[in-house]
Amino acid sequence: MTSNAAKRQRKEKACKTLVMLCGLLIIALVIIIALFLLVKGSGTFVQYHHSIGEFLFSKNWAPSDTPGKGGGHVGAFVYIMGTVYTCALALLIAVPFSLAAAIFLSEISPKFGARFLQPAIEIFVGIPSVVYGWVGMTVLVPFISKKFHAPMGGYSVLAAGIVLAIMIMPTITTLSADALRSLPPRCKLGALGMGATRWQSIYTIQLPMAKSGIITGIILGLSRAIGETLAVAMVIGKTRVLPKGILYPTNNLTAAIAADMGNTANGSEYNLALWSMALLLLILSLICIALIHLTLKKNEY
Amino acid sequence: MNINRKGRVYMGEKNVHARSRVVDHFMTGVFYIVGGSAILLLLVLAGYIIVKGIKSYYPGVMGFTDSGIGNQLFNTIYLVVLSLIVSVPLGMAAGTYLSEYAKQGKLTEIITMSIEALSSLPSIVIGLFGYLVFILMTGAQSNLLAGAMVVTILSIPQITSTTRDALKALPDYYRTGSIGLGASTFQTIWHVLIPACIPRVVTGIILVAGRGFGEAAALLYTTGQSTIIDWSSWNLASSTCPLNPMRPGETLALHVWMMRTEGSMVQHSTEIANISSMILVIAVLIFNLAARLISARIVKKNRGA
Repeated sequence: MTSNAAKRQRKEKACKTLVMLCGLLIIALVIIIALFLLVKGSGTFVQYHHSIGEFLFSKNWAPSDTPGKGGGHVGAFVYIMGTVYTCALALLIAVPFSLAAAIFLSEISPKFGARFLQPAIEIFVGIPSVVYGWVGMTVLVPFISKKFHAPMGGYSVLAAGIVLAIMIMPTITTLSADALRSLPPRCKLGALGMGATRWQSIYTIQLPMAKSGIITGIILGLSRAIGETLAVAMVIGKTRVLPKGILYPTNNLTAAIAADMGNTANGSEYNLALWSMALLLLILSLICIALIHLTLKKNEY
Repeated sequence: MNINRKGRVYMGEKNVHARSRVVDHFMTGVFYIVGGSAILLLLVLAGYIIVKGIKSYYPGVMGFTDSGIGNQLFNTIYLVVLSLIVSVPLGMAAGTYLSEYAKQGKLTEIITMSIEALSSLPSIVIGLFGYLVFILMTGAQSNLLAGAMVVTILSIPQITSTTRDALKALPDYYRTGSIGLGASTFQTIWHVLIPACIPRVVTGIILVAGRGFGEAAALLYTTGQSTIIDWSSWNLASSTCPLNPMRPGETLALHVWMMRTEGSMVQHSTEIANISSMILVIAVLIFNLAARLISARIVKKNRGA
């Protein structure tokens, strides 16, 4: 009997340790990913002695592709600005649209919203990014080319911005709708009781009160847009120049990594510069997480 | 002022009210238009992809040769299964730990933050990590297993948080009842709590599988961009055996990416991309529908109880 109890206790302990290890594994994964990328990504600066300033702000991109031989230029400014432009445009398009959709979901017609709009949004999330890219390439790009007479046959910042906007719309909508729904009813009832119309209540009371949740959604959407790869790569045109306008092609961080990583020699200046770009993506996404924590902490009420 | 009730001041107020009512109606209209157009956009998009896919059909497209996509479809399913075999136990265990064992404290907070960080990392970054660890550091050629591991890393956060939330949502009398009957903590988890939350966890797993199905950026440098399968070779060690996880295995989503390029050598490349996109979209619809049916059943069951 006692041995049975002891056995049982040992088993209990073993199981507890096992599940705990799985929990710790997640921490370990994040740390290992960050460390490995840090080691690889810092090669540009440590091994080939480029300055971080050159990497971030120089437009001169001509890294050498022979392992061990430096002497090239690793200015990734064009790629960085490509990411900035496309993401900014995507937010510009997606934020108003998503906010309206969120208000529709949570305030205007919760029933119809839950039945039709919510599932539609979930399917939008599920559609793979290559499919967005493919449709963007075969429909959107020719359309832009024909309607706006864009140079480079429609491959442009605009096309990338629209594709990204559709892809981040669900994130922003879902989180904003959650934020609006989780407001205590007294806010809305108070406003309506004072004689405000529904729109006045939404605009002056509910939206400002749900601000932190909405900002969280926007930041998460932004981080998705920054990291999105193939859909953007398929429509951006992959031209390494700063775009003169939204109808011009350019290139961005993710598309450059996806296209060039396989064609460079492991350990060469070119290769390590691409790893530095991956490191930059990692840092940006961690910054987004940190920003979210800050907004949520600041706006607790 | 003995003027009748419709005095000046009163009129002015009424105008303000009328205006805010008009604005209110206008904005309501705007919201309906936005909500409706989002749904319309999805219908048009999905409809377009499916119709285009059907129109692009040519004989042999589902075949297992270079001009078909059978091999890619098989690779995709195999990859998702391989990754689920690893990610489901790991994720469920971690979720169980967070919900049932972990105390509120620093460690739990760090795990939660790691989950957030991991789930927000761009998939290309995780793909590169997989490329570094599973390909460059092992010296192996591109292989399906490396891709499956990358998809595992992408899936673990979601499975963990789904399991944690599902367990936390269970009422406490499940636990007190089981413990009161003399069960140990782990027996309670294994025989009572996990079975009770399985439907919700399965819903989460289906959605994760759907994501793995369409993942491409993370697989660019791990599964390789080619596939050679000899369907008569069933020797696991052979590099052309369908079930050998150490062979390169391009997935369907990657295939679309490969087919896009101007100079694609493959005949029918546009048709292949159209049809592959259609299959991917239909898969998403099926995965979503399945998840929805299961959660609808949970709601119904809970209402009955």
